[in-house]
Amino acid sequence: MDFLIANFEAVLFYTVALAAVAGGIGVVTLKHPVHAALALLETFVMVAVLFVLRHAEFLAAVQVLVYAGGIMVLYLFAIMLVRFKGMRPDEVFLSGIAPLAILGGVLLGSFVAIGILLGTMATGEGGAAAMRAVGDELPGNTEAVGWVLYTTYLVPFEVVSVVLLVAMIGAIIFGRRDAELSKPGGEVKP
Amino acid sequence: MTDPLMLSLGIPLIKGVVILGVLLLTVAYLTFAERKILAYMQVRIGPNRVGPKGWLQPIADGLKLFVKEDLIPGSAERFVFMLAPILIFAPAILVWAVIPWGEPFSLAGVEITPFLADVNIALLFVIAVSSIGIYGIILGGWASNNKFSLMGGLRSAAQLVSYEVPMGFAVVAVVLMAGTLSLVGIVEAQRAAGLWFIVPGILAFGIYFICGVAETNRNPFDLPEAEAELVAGFHTEYSGMKFAFFYLAEYANMLVVSSLAVILFFGGWLRPFPNLEILGFLDLIPPFFWYAAKVLAFIFVYIWFRGTFPRYRFDQLMQIGWKWLLPLSLANVMLVALGVLLVKG
Repeated sequence: MDFLIANFEAVLFYTVALAAVAGGIGVVTLKHPVHAALALLETFVMVAVLFVLRHAEFLAAVQVLVYAGGIMVLYLFAIMLVRFKGMRPDEVFLSGIAPLAILGGVLLGSFVAIGILLGTMATGEGGAAAMRAVGDELPGNTEAVGWVLYTTYLVPFEVVSVVLLVAMIGAIIFGRRDAELSKPGGEVKP
Repeated sequence: MTDPLMLSLGIPLIKGVVILGVLLLTVAYLTFAERKILAYMQVRIGPNRVGPKGWLQPIADGLKLFVKEDLIPGSAERFVFMLAPILIFAPAILVWAVIPWGEPFSLAGVEITPFLADVNIALLFVIAVSSIGIYGIILGGWASNNKFSLMGGLRSAAQLVSYEVPMGFAVVAVVLMAGTLSLVGIVEAQRAAGLWFIVPGILAFGIYFICGVAETNRNPFDLPEAEAELVAGFHTEYSGMKFAFFYLAEYANMLVVSSLAVILFFGGWLRPFPNLEILGFLDLIPPFFWYAAKVLAFIFVYIWFRGTFPRYRFDQLMQIGWKWLLPLSLANVMLVALGVLLVKG
């Protein structure tokens, strides 16, 4: 019991991190798309908990609000309209790509590890302290995120929003089956 | 009683149990209030058989649902079917961890704060956690393997995603005025301003409440469970306690939307004109009762809506959300931001 109280944060971290990874594995292994989507939902929520553990409450709330509450709902919306009963599972696709996926995962993991190592060496400390260092006298991380987003990273922030807009317009164009027909002079299908 | 572990663990635990108890009892009696008020509006008598004047009706309903046979349709997706009521009920309860309901008071020498946690992002927390509740509806509708349920679930998903956006912008207007995301901080900002935020935020309040009614799937936005076309929508196949969870969650969500409306726009537990000395006699009524009275007034408006309005058509619903409320809420954010800039400099 004393051990649990003393290391509560670490115990919580490893439990939640394991749950997040389990969710990620579930996404790629579960046969049914709705179950896979639920596993992804679990990962999103668990990552939000990890944010809370690092005192990034704002990010955690936004993570749940945007990913869990918005994007996953739309995913489910699309998945639910597909009829799975008659579909054959495609075994070849997954098994062919597995070695590449494992290699990619290992590479990504080592990049992140190197990044954390370099970051810790540069600032002397990682995590929440580095986060707090961005704004000199800012009380909460909501203000800190806003401050950094609208000063230091204003240009990347705006560029990303334009990229998202382009993606949205592209999706609308792809989604319009009658794009050719709706031109002036084109025929309109009944 | 002064043991630090006892203070840091015991008091929140007791508070949590009390909140849960009061919440569930209130929710149970809201169903009774709804039936009685609707009956009055339709010149009927309403439930009057169980107990004096029908006052034990919610208890009887609860008992009935508790002992009722729990059916799972043969072709349903079992796991998701069982998960859905939990997914809708848990968020509706969870948000009460951060919703404050009064002023700090002391009991037997121990300072007690009227909330489980004053998180600095409480408002975002409530909105984010509420948005998880959608899953209960969509997954419940899908897992039932029933076309009416699926249609109800799909309608609900579209409706909730559409109305979440203007609701968020309406709330942003309040955050701009208060300068904080903490719910306690927002009420304190209204005390400092000597004014409920309904006065400068009348437009934001209108948008917020319309969206709130839509988010809780209540009339005139109750298309996900439109009985004339969809039987009972997403919970057609549910019975017993699972059905009760959907039902309770709807009422708990009504309470959340009403409480948030009271905290954001009507000064929470503050009396009217909190800075006017001449109205000091109003302080005789404890803060909690101000709060409860305002919340119940909103609940009455909800029921009043149900007794008054016909249901919208689905395309009308989408038009109101995207073509009217969204631009209006964006314009409102601009206006409020300009106002805050002019006033605060």
